[in-house]
Amino acid sequence: MAEEEFTDINGNSISLDCQTHSAFCREFTVTSPKLSLRKVMVYTCFVWLFAYAVFFFTENTAVLSSAIILTLVGMMIHIHFVKVDHETLLIIGSLGVQLSSSYASGRESTIFIEMSKLKDIVINEAVYMHSIIYYLCILIKDPADPETVASVVPLFNSSKPRLNCLVQVYRSCQEILAQTR
Amino acid sequence: MVLKIFFPQCCNTADSGLLVGHWIPGHNSAVVLAVIHYPFIPGQVKKYLSELQSQTQVDLTVLGSWSMPKEGKEGMDSFLKDLSTIFPQKCWLQLSREIGKRGFICQGDKIILIHYDQRKVMLSQLHPVQDVSQKSDIEPSELRLVFQTVAQSQPLFFLDKYDDGPLKLTHWQSEGREASIIAELLKQASVPVCIFLTWLLSLWHWFLLFISSKLSTCVQSGYRAVHFKTVFSPKKAATHMEFMRKANIFVSFLLDIALGLLLISWLYRENRISKLADTLVPVADRVAKELQELLEWLMGAPAGLKMNRALDQVLGRFFLYHIHLWSSYIHLMSPFIERILWYVGLSACLGLTFALSVLSDIVALLTFHIYCFYVYGARLYCLKIYGLSSLWRLFRGKKWNVLRQRVDSCSYDLDQLFIGTLLFTILLFLLPTTALYYLVFTLLRLVVVLFQGVIHLSVDFINSFHLFAIGLRICRPYRLAEGVKFKVLCQEPGTPLHLMMEINPLKCSSVLQCYRTPTYSCYPKDSWAALCKKLFVGELIYPWKQKTDKTD
Repeated sequence: MAEEEFTDINGNSISLDCQTHSAFCREFTVTSPKLSLRKVMVYTCFVWLFAYAVFFFTENTAVLSSAIILTLVGMMIHIHFVKVDHETLLIIGSLGVQLSSSYASGRESTIFIEMSKLKDIVINEAVYMHSIIYYLCILIKDPADPETVASVVPLFNSSKPRLNCLVQVYRSCQEILAQTR
Repeated sequence: MVLKIFFPQCCNTADSGLLVGHWIPGHNSAVVLAVIHYPFIPGQVKKYLSELQSQTQVDLTVLGSWSMPKEGKEGMDSFLKDLSTIFPQKCWLQLSREIGKRGFICQGDKIILIHYDQRKVMLSQLHPVQDVSQKSDIEPSELRLVFQTVAQSQPLFFLDKYDDGPLKLTHWQSEGREASIIAELLKQASVPVCIFLTWLLSLWHWFLLFISSKLSTCVQSGYRAVHFKTVFSPKKAATHMEFMRKANIFVSFLLDIALGLLLISWLYRENRISKLADTLVPVADRVAKELQELLEWLMGAPAGLKMNRALDQVLGRFFLYHIHLWSSYIHLMSPFIERILWYVGLSACLGLTFALSVLSDIVALLTFHIYCFYVYGARLYCLKIYGLSSLWRLFRGKKWNVLRQRVDSCSYDLDQLFIGTLLFTILLFLLPTTALYYLVFTLLRLVVVLFQGVIHLSVDFINSFHLFAIGLRICRPYRLAEGVKFKVLCQEPGTPLHLMMEINPLKCSSVLQCYRTPTYSCYPKDSWAALCKKLFVGELIYPWKQKTDKTD
């Protein structure tokens, strides 16, 4: 197990956890910063103040109850569908690679990519507005033509770690891929 | 190379014996399907395996040995080693497990043990669905081969531990086969029932073909008849997609009937149907009165436009007479309307889609006069436009060459030119009146067509919504698999890597996309540009075209 101080591309601190289960099986977990209580309070106060102002002019209590319901529903949707708690990459030599995102409400969404479909794992550069972002991605083979790349699956979409973190993950993955190719 | 062994969870606590399964070609992996216990006769094992091989088309072999020594019994290591000479294998697996420990011990380096739930993998279908029978260029992946192997080895799981055979096996059904007497009886009874129903339906379908295909009720019932032929065919569904289609038609029909009965109970509860019938005649009268007022407005100076008085009066009186005929017809029918509606409402027990189709037909019949007016107005306008375009060419000294399909110059006589110009002027000055009538009635017709279109869309939605697939996804999510998930099981040192393979169910949006039933959906025949052109020229428009049932 190894834990170091890493940051994502926006400067928020994230943590990387590497677990070696066996000589050809490793698991990398990138944990994003948790939901900030301050932000939640600010948004809620803003929405409720606005609703109260509307109520002051219209004298309709439905505005207040709808504001409360809206806040609750919005928070539930945010926790369940938007806020990612940690992302995991499990690489099993000669079997495949499993990507899993775990949301703040506990929901997990998993994809498994078999080794026969995987061409390579690389670090790619992307130009986004004024900045250049590095991201780790899996290249998928085209079933008809094994030499061409059919699609690219980017990893760690929500956490977006920086290059130093990606390089560590990349080196470990390449070791396993080289062993079991 | 890493060796992957797929081990069923049900055999985790099985007694010592032989491992029986299938080597996956080209991937260096093996799927263990069952464990044969001691005592056995090797000859009988070989015979049984070759019988099953011919039944299942899966290459079953003895993969190795499994040893789980009970307390008090000595290990069988030497005995197990001798077995590898009886069943020759290029690679003999030797798995063993000690009581109290969770990890298996396996000889050899670089081994992954993947535990799987045999029943779930057997019943599951990996998406995107690839037919086993059809030859495809894409080689199936390892996981797909594993799923196929387990699914095809179903006959292997028929022997349970209460059978008095020479072999004792452990697999997911070794505690006893699950079956139900009612299901077996239904299966036996269903074949003759299906044959009879198919014969009845072919008669009904033939009868329906005679009735015009304009009435949407007949189209809907014909469509349902075709559906039932699929469901009730005595042949068992061969592929997964056929099975899903059959199941969905059945479930969809049941839902339809249930909704229809619900509608009936609502309509007939407080005698609402008679109230509806009572309001029908006044509504029809009201529509007729509104049309009359509209025509009188057109006959005056509508929106300040100045009409040609004579033509205006002629057209106006013609249409007014039609409306008079129509309302007298409605009044003639009014004593019978309640009875008719009462019986027609009962037909909703055949399904909600049927009721909606009947509603669409009733609307079409009640607005028949609008349809007639539209046709008259359109024909008149169309004639006028043709006349105008042809005389306009004459005005310029040109002619339409039918042979060459183009406009050619032509020298006319003086009297031809004179009469042509006169007629052109008359038609031109009468154009605004006709155009206005055409515009008004086309708009009315479009409103009715839109309403019918909405009804047809909802009928289509009920027909094509794949309720069975959604229900399966919610209640038995492992049946529709998008892929698999692996979990690393905590291990003890010295044991190989243990993984737990679980089924990753298909997302709901993919379920809807994959299993959308093709229907006779109404879709616009022409694009917007073509439609506008037709409206401008005065051609009759039939915006919804029924396409015949397309099978994917």
